[in-house]
Amino acid sequence: MKQIKLRELFSTFMRIGRFTFGGGYAMIPLIEKELVEQKGLLTEEEFIDIIAVVQGIPGVIAVNSSLFIGYKLRGILGALTSVLAISLPSILIILSIAQLLLNLQGNQWVEALFKGVRSAVVVLIFWAGYKMSKKAIVNYSSLIYTLGVVLGILVFKLHPIVLIGFAGIIGMITSITKTKEYNDDTD
Amino acid sequence: MILIELFLTFFKIGLFTFGGGYAMIPLIQEEMVAHGWLTIDQFVDIVAVSQMTPGAVAINNATFVGYKVAGFFGTAMSTFGLIAPSLIIITIVAKLLDKFSNHPLVEGAWQGIRPAVVGLIMVAVISIGKEVIIGIDGIIIGIIALVLLAKVKLHPIGVIVISGILGVLFTYI
Repeated sequence: MKQIKLRELFSTFMRIGRFTFGGGYAMIPLIEKELVEQKGLLTEEEFIDIIAVVQGIPGVIAVNSSLFIGYKLRGILGALTSVLAISLPSILIILSIAQLLLNLQGNQWVEALFKGVRSAVVVLIFWAGYKMSKKAIVNYSSLIYTLGVVLGILVFKLHPIVLIGFAGIIGMITSITKTKEYNDDTD
Repeated sequence: MILIELFLTFFKIGLFTFGGGYAMIPLIQEEMVAHGWLTIDQFVDIVAVSQMTPGAVAINNATFVGYKVAGFFGTAMSTFGLIAPSLIIITIVAKLLDKFSNHPLVEGAWQGIRPAVVGLIMVAVISIGKEVIIGIDGIIIGIIALVLLAKVKLHPIGVIVISGILGVLFTYI
């Protein structure tokens, strides 16, 4: 398989980073178009495997995908090049408007504008959670995890990380007991 | 030291974010407010700005918070902190990852984590909503935003722009 130059890897991921609004998941089809269809650097199967893996480990989807693909194509230098390229557009944009945002605080018009915007953001977050719930809450036992977390935070004031850890461990234990039951049945 | 604290905080966020995108919002919110780096209003504004500019919410947030707290070097430290856990996981265990992510135990852990993240997001909606949706105006704009998003299927950027305009109209009319 032909090898991609680091410079080309950089410009490819920079382009992807510049044109993706809405973050990680929105980048996936763009990465596919650039690297699988146009450049033929990855096969469709490799790409699907990569996407499955980057969603299965912690971290930001955009960061994980660029790191993993860069690493696969050009090793550690490739990983660093790709992640820098994909993050650079957002870093530059935010840096250039950060001061403006801080200066505008207290401006009445801007406050009125953001008052409306903030209501919308709460709705956007709710909608993201709702869409996620359709895939994540598949039966009563998964609903128990969701309710457990809500109670854990609101009533017992536990830290989100503690609850995620708990959920992961209980999920593992449940899967072991289920496999065991299955094995016992088939014995 | 503040730079190290920025690095460690975003390292923690990167390490414990499962599912990407909005899944990390509860964690970022918790950390930013606990450190006093952002008010809830500022945090929500950054989420809005992130929707309207290219790039991931988490990177935009890390960049902004780093800049606000410690200028350019703050940005470098917080962004690198966010990326570092993924960098470590991917380069060290890249060869094992294919097997790792298909392992029944990992799949089991995900069956617990996915619905738990939904719970985190819903708590974030409640706690953020209580702070930033102000008065009847705020509730009406929220309902309009939900209809635009869920029924009209408008792009999030459009929903944000229209809500901003409504915010100005409601305040000045």
